[in-house]
Amino acid sequence: MKYMDEYRNRDDVHRLADSIRKICTRPHSIMEICGGQTHSIVRFGIDQILPEEITLIHGPGCPVCVTPVEMIEKALRLGAMPDVILCTFGDMMRVPGTDQDLLGIKAQGGDVRFVYSPLDAVGIAADNPEKEVVFFGVGFETTAPANALAVKTAAQKKLSNFSMLSSHVLVPPAMEALLSSEHCAIDGFLGAGHVCTIMGCTEYEPIARKYKVPIVVTGFEPLDLLQGIHMCVRQLEEGRFEVENQYARSVTQQGNTEAQRLLREVFEVVPRKWRGLGPIDASGLQLTAAYRAFDAEHRFPLDDIVAHESEHCISGEILQGLKKPSDCPAFGKQCTPDQPLGAPMVSSEGACSAYYRYRRSATPATADRGE
Amino acid sequence: MSIDADGGLACPVPLSNTSHVAMAHGGGGTRMRDLIDQVFMSRFRNDLGDGQNDSAILHFGGERLAFTTDSFVVDPPFFPGGNIGSLAVHGTINDLAMSGAKPLYLSAGFILEEGFEISKLERVVDSMKAAADEVGVKIVTGDTKVVERRNGEGIYINTAGIGVIQHDKTMEARAIRPGDHVIVNGDLGRHGMAIMTTREGFELETPIESDSAALWPAVQALLEADIDVHCFRDLTRGGLASALNELSESSGYGIHITESRIPVNSTVRGVCEILGFDPLHVANEGRMVAFVAPRDAERAVEILQGVNPDISAADIGVVGSTKEKRVTLESVIGVPRILDMLSGEQLPRIC
Repeated sequence: MKYMDEYRNRDDVHRLADSIRKICTRPHSIMEICGGQTHSIVRFGIDQILPEEITLIHGPGCPVCVTPVEMIEKALRLGAMPDVILCTFGDMMRVPGTDQDLLGIKAQGGDVRFVYSPLDAVGIAADNPEKEVVFFGVGFETTAPANALAVKTAAQKKLSNFSMLSSHVLVPPAMEALLSSEHCAIDGFLGAGHVCTIMGCTEYEPIARKYKVPIVVTGFEPLDLLQGIHMCVRQLEEGRFEVENQYARSVTQQGNTEAQRLLREVFEVVPRKWRGLGPIDASGLQLTAAYRAFDAEHRFPLDDIVAHESEHCISGEILQGLKKPSDCPAFGKQCTPDQPLGAPMVSSEGACSAYYRYRRSATPATADRGE
Repeated sequence: MSIDADGGLACPVPLSNTSHVAMAHGGGGTRMRDLIDQVFMSRFRNDLGDGQNDSAILHFGGERLAFTTDSFVVDPPFFPGGNIGSLAVHGTINDLAMSGAKPLYLSAGFILEEGFEISKLERVVDSMKAAADEVGVKIVTGDTKVVERRNGEGIYINTAGIGVIQHDKTMEARAIRPGDHVIVNGDLGRHGMAIMTTREGFELETPIESDSAALWPAVQALLEADIDVHCFRDLTRGGLASALNELSESSGYGIHITESRIPVNSTVRGVCEILGFDPLHVANEGRMVAFVAPRDAERAVEILQGVNPDISAADIGVVGSTKEKRVTLESVIGVPRILDMLSGEQLPRIC
């Protein structure tokens, strides 16, 4: 893990911030797409060392946050069924539905388990033939291939008791939705490094051209983020709008073609509702007809689900980058990680959770030292 | 529900997950603190204090005795670096040591599941004996109960302990002073990650070994050298972050630490990065923080390094001068941020 320290070197970080200051002549608003990037920015305080002309806008790239509340309700209903073992990633356990979360279902006796890999859920299905095992699979292009592999593996093993509640979403259509909005204030993007590790860079080129917006595919460590911002600011200052790759140690132009092939085999692109953003055309993945038998929404009666989001949660505006978490009247008061009104407060990639955990208020922490 | 003029909610938001005990109520974070305050302390509070310290201090025949109890339910019961038996002895010894008490006597209560292998039980008990012998503690009374079989793997241990305070100092949160240095006796997060990686079957090139150990030798060494220690706290569930937040709250002073000075083993850091855990929230069972007067800080680190040269004792921060109850951490790139208490259980992230 020595490499991590090199990407967190304090002197290099400040040198890079200085060189951004030198090339920056006017205000720029840059959106980091991915919630992992948001957490890094807030955790290390990267926004605090940038020139004041640069505003970082936190994007919608948190898979937990954008999962619609109807999907959460479906998972809650499945988790409460006596013959069902519901498996999901730990992050999903605390996401509020209309009035409870999966941890609540678990405390009331539901068999809800968190797994580290979707293949673990397939293993649980093989070990429990008398039970229905449902994997609640959410995520962007990053997690979708592993979830696809789980379904394919279950099919190969002819497991009739495994299914997936699928809520997968795609990054490029969400970027287009944001850019098409009349409220859009985004001058440039830091692309999501992990998503592009799978998908490559080429699908972003039409977006950069159409909306005249620079997109720099960027990693997650402090030096990655500062270098990504530097490349983005340079393009903006020079009037360019290209797709550039800061995260070349992980991302290639074509991406992981094997993973892409698996995605095409198991999933098809469909319209999808995003929590906070509403319905977006061609922005989600669902299992193809060949794998429909593994689709939990086909296997279980879930059509009548009605769900309500808190009317006080402004996660829609937060996920579009229109407001910061600290702009929300409920932030840190009625809405905390223990009593969340919305998903961004509980997800490890949610902007509200980052602000609550590391910052609490609009102004960063200051240290008063007793020496 | 409506929003009032101040933008606040006009009626309380319904509490979720509070009708039943959830795992987070035992996680060492805010939920557990709320449960203790609202269910236990509201009923048990008495003239011997609020029961929130590691041990109760009892005055008896001119002596000051420390008395404590702890229960152990660790899954899996055997892990690299120890087992539930050594843990049950270390845990209670450490609660006594944190009051500055020399641990003397322990009780041991066993709740065993029908089907638990006797040979495994013998291994557990051997470890308890060895852990107690190491610091000269005697296990003097006990109890055994057997419960019906579930998976035949269950073993739970309760230990209680008595120690004697042989000095006239009062070591507690309220004794913490502005300018005190914050010193940890070793690298953080090993116990929690040893348990997690064993339970989940992670295959690591070098397995993470639990830090489970008795803290009395470290405390004794500092006391014998007459180091001006104002407070000790063992870093168990909720890790360093929870301990410092509790101490900031009870002492009334802000605490400021520096991320780059906090020792964390590289494998622990790596696994935490992958899973989205913060090592400062991860449990330890042989680590403590000591609040030491500035003039003695350097010597305290040297003494702790002498007690165990392998675990990197370090001076990681200071107590602030204002009555501001919060913990800040200067990030590795030099920007201060809040270090929050863990809320609920740490859950692994999606990606």
